[in-house]
Parts: sequence; structure tokens; C-alpha cells
Amino acid sequence: MFRHKPGSVTEELQLVPPSKLAIEEVSKSFQSASGTVLALDRVSLNVAEGEFVCLVGASGCGKTTMLNIIAGLEKPDSGRVLANGKPVTSPGRERLVMFQEPALFPWLNVFGNVLFGLNLKPNLSKKDRHDVAKYYLELVGLSRFERANIHELSGGMKQRVSLARALAPNPRVLLMDEPFAALDALTREQLYGDIQEIWKARRKTIVFVTHNVREAACLGDRVLLFSPHPGRIQEEFAVELPRPRDINSVDLAAYATRITKALKSLGQIAAG
Amino acid sequence: MKRFFLATVFFAVLLLLWDAAFRARIWSPVLLPSPWQVASYLKNAAVDGTLFKATVITMRRLLIGYFIGLFVGLPLGLLTARWKLFGDTIGTMALGLQTLPSVCWVPLALLWFGQTEAAMLFVVVMGTLWSVVIAAETGVRNVPPIYRRAALTMGSKRLHMWFKVILPAALPFIVSGMKQGWAFAWRSLMAAEIFVTILTGFGLGQLLHYGRELSAMDQVIAIMLVIVVIGLLADKIFFSPIEKFLHRRWGTSQA
Repeated sequence: MFRHKPGSVTEELQLVPPSKLAIEEVSKSFQSASGTVLALDRVSLNVAEGEFVCLVGASGCGKTTMLNIIAGLEKPDSGRVLANGKPVTSPGRERLVMFQEPALFPWLNVFGNVLFGLNLKPNLSKKDRHDVAKYYLELVGLSRFERANIHELSGGMKQRVSLARALAPNPRVLLMDEPFAALDALTREQLYGDIQEIWKARRKTIVFVTHNVREAACLGDRVLLFSPHPGRIQEEFAVELPRPRDINSVDLAAYATRITKALKSLGQIAAG
Repeated sequence: MKRFFLATVFFAVLLLLWDAAFRARIWSPVLLPSPWQVASYLKNAAVDGTLFKATVITMRRLLIGYFIGLFVGLPLGLLTARWKLFGDTIGTMALGLQTLPSVCWVPLALLWFGQTEAAMLFVVVMGTLWSVVIAAETGVRNVPPIYRRAALTMGSKRLHMWFKVILPAALPFIVSGMKQGWAFAWRSLMAAEIFVTILTGFGLGQLLHYGRELSAMDQVIAIMLVIVVIGLLADKIFFSPIEKFLHRRWGTSQA
């Protein structure tokens, strides 16, 4: 179907080995109106290659700060983050972020948004970039909308485009910051299935931040509970259920109940 | 089609009212000429070339001044948004000078440059520049930080960040700033042409001025009409398509 030199596109679409992450004694505090807030207090965490880890906690418990530090968008006050053994000092396309708010660029159409990260990758021809972008739009099921403007998309479609844009440069780590929080339940359920499939197909290390316990139990290999003030990891649950998981299954509900109970004992009321 | 029809009716009624006022002889015909007198002045001025020459001279001054204002103003605006030092200095100065009506530059320009083209240009540039600086600065400051963060993670930096993220994101502000700059340039040029009578060329403003000197009300009204029409055309031909594109892309309200 595509007439191009064999090699570059297939090479570009090849699976890259996912990174392992090591977060070592990371602390971070902010100045706020009511004084200094310790957002993260000597947090340590290891994430294996290709693992799907969910960080759960109430709003303001520092989980988003943790994600930003892994992304390299914020610097920790002390401690460090290692990706495949190398310290993270700045943002880079090895670790791409999917934000909660729509971070798609309104001046580009859907295709232009997916191309954005690819255009910053050297050693690709224009045709290669286009083919790669098409592949990822197909993967998220939006091939038909490549010429659409961003404001014409529904919330769920926007997050699919965000996902395609984050996947396109073929990162080793995907960082997701409550990506489905603003969507309706039906759209969310569909995306849970899709994200599991895509994770299986593209094999990334994923750190997923959410305040929705069921969502965390459905997606994560491990669920980590964060407590606020100061932000710490309090408890850890390994979810040993076969995939793909159904958000409505009874086994999953049992996990969610356990995790919710633990959250409540931390004095946090969990939503969902 | 219906909209076009209604608009035509509106302007026709306006003309009829004007004509009726003229026929009623409430005011002296010297003060209020009939629409036909104005039309005949326009026809004569168009035939003998005065109108065309004056328009060309005015447009040349306007475009040169406007583009100088843009080319200096845009980068200055970006600098003031990017660095505190520029914001505190040039930003504050722009804010202050923008409040100064552009006709206030005329006495200074006359004393510095005399009755020259340079005086004219100076007034136009001063009228345009500061509003462009402020529009560009506001535009950049209003870019949602999430765009920068998203672009950073994808490896965008420095020039790429400016040209592919910050400038496009600020485009709606920059375009409305360009439009405002155009309006200001137009106003300042008319002020300059009315006050600065120079021999290097008669612009529309000067025709207006001599209309007054000669008490030729048909000329005064006709030239005012031409000035209005040029302003309208610039908007419809140049700015409207850009704004339509922005509305379509951004999904902002389509008026």
C-alpha cells in the first residue's frame, strides 16, 4: 500500500524497549498563601520496564507533582529520578505526557497535532512522518478525523488525539495525568479497553495518575496510594487480574473496595 | 442575498434622508451640499486624477508607516513579554505612550523634521507602534502555559518554541493588535496630513484640509467618504479573511 523505501517507517514503528524508572528520595515543597506545603516527602519508587503503575490519592496529594518531576517539567528540591539509570534533568521525548486539560494545539488540525512531536524527531523524511502519524491515528480509531479542527472533537476524541500525539514519537515512558477525569462514564469505559489494547500493542512503561480507585484497579499492574501533607506513598497493591480487564467485573470491584478502604483509613474520601 | 438587500435599502434610505434634508433648506447649501453635488465632485476628481493621486500618496505613507510599526512593534512586544527588564522599561513606556492621542505627536514632529515626509512618517509610526507592542505582549502572556509544557515534553525549544508554539498560540491577539494598529495608523496619518502641509505630495488629508480652506463642503464630505470606504475595504479585504480563518480553527464565535 505504501510506496516508500523499506526501512525507516517500519523502523520508526518498531517497539522501543520501555524504560525502567527509579525515583530516589524525591522531595518537593511549594510556597503557598498559607505557608510552605511539602508536596512530596522523600518519595521513592521503582517502576519496571513496561509496567503500568497507577498513583491514587485525593487532589493536592502531590501525585501530579510526582508526574511532572518524572517528566522533567519540574525539578525536585532533593532526590533524583533515573530513567534507565540516567538522571532526568529536563523534559525529553523519551517520556511523554498526556495532560488532564486538553493540551492540543488549536492552531493545528488533528493531523498537525499528531505530527508535532514527529517533526521534532530528526532523520525522518516528510513521508515517513506522515505515515507514522496515520498509523497512530488509526490505532486510536480517528483516521476519519485527521483534517478536523480540535474544537470540532468531543472530549473523548480529544483525549484520543492526545494519546496519538504522545505515542507518535515512540517514547519509552508514557505519563498520564488524570487523562479521563473530565469524560463521561461511557466514553471512559470505552477508553479503558482501548488503552489496555494499545499498551499491549505498543509496550510502554506507564505512570498513570488518578483519583478514581476503580480506574486504577482496572488499568494498573500496581496501585500506589498517596497521602497528602506531606505527600508520601502509603500503601501498595498489586492487582493480579488477567487482561483485558473489565471495569465492571466482580473481581475488580473487590480490589477497588480494598483500595478504597485503605484510602479511607488514610482519612481521604475517594471518588468513584 | 437577503442581507445584501437589507443593507442596500439601509444605505439608500440614508441617502434619501440626506437629500430630503438638503431640499428642505434647513441649512445653507454651503454647509450641507446635496448628495449629487458630492457625487459630481467625486466624479470630476476621479476623472482629472486628483483623487487617484491623493489616494496613492496617502496609501504609500500609510503602508510604509504601518509596516515599520509592525516590524518594530512585534519583536518589541515579544521581548517585553519574555524578559522582565524589557517589560518594566519598554512595556511601561508603550503603555504610557499608547494613551497619547497620535495627533499629539504632530507638534513635536513638525519641530523636529519640519514640513517633510519624515514628519508624516514619524507620526504614523508613533501612532501604530505602541498598540502593536502591547497587543503582542498581551498575546504572548495569554498563551496557556499547558501548550508550552506539552511542547517542551515533545522536545520543542527556543526558536522552535517561539515560532511553532508561542506565536501561533498568540495569533488571535496579534491579529487583533495588527487591526488596531492599522486603525491607529490611519487616524494618525489623517491628523498628520491635515496639520502638515507639505509640497512633496497632496494626500487625502490635505485635500480635506483645502476643502475647508475653500469652504468647499462637497469636497470635504466626498473626501471623508473616500476615507471611510478605504477603511472599510482594508477591513473586508485584508483582516476579515484572517479573522474568519482564526474563528474556524479556534472555534470561537462566528459573528
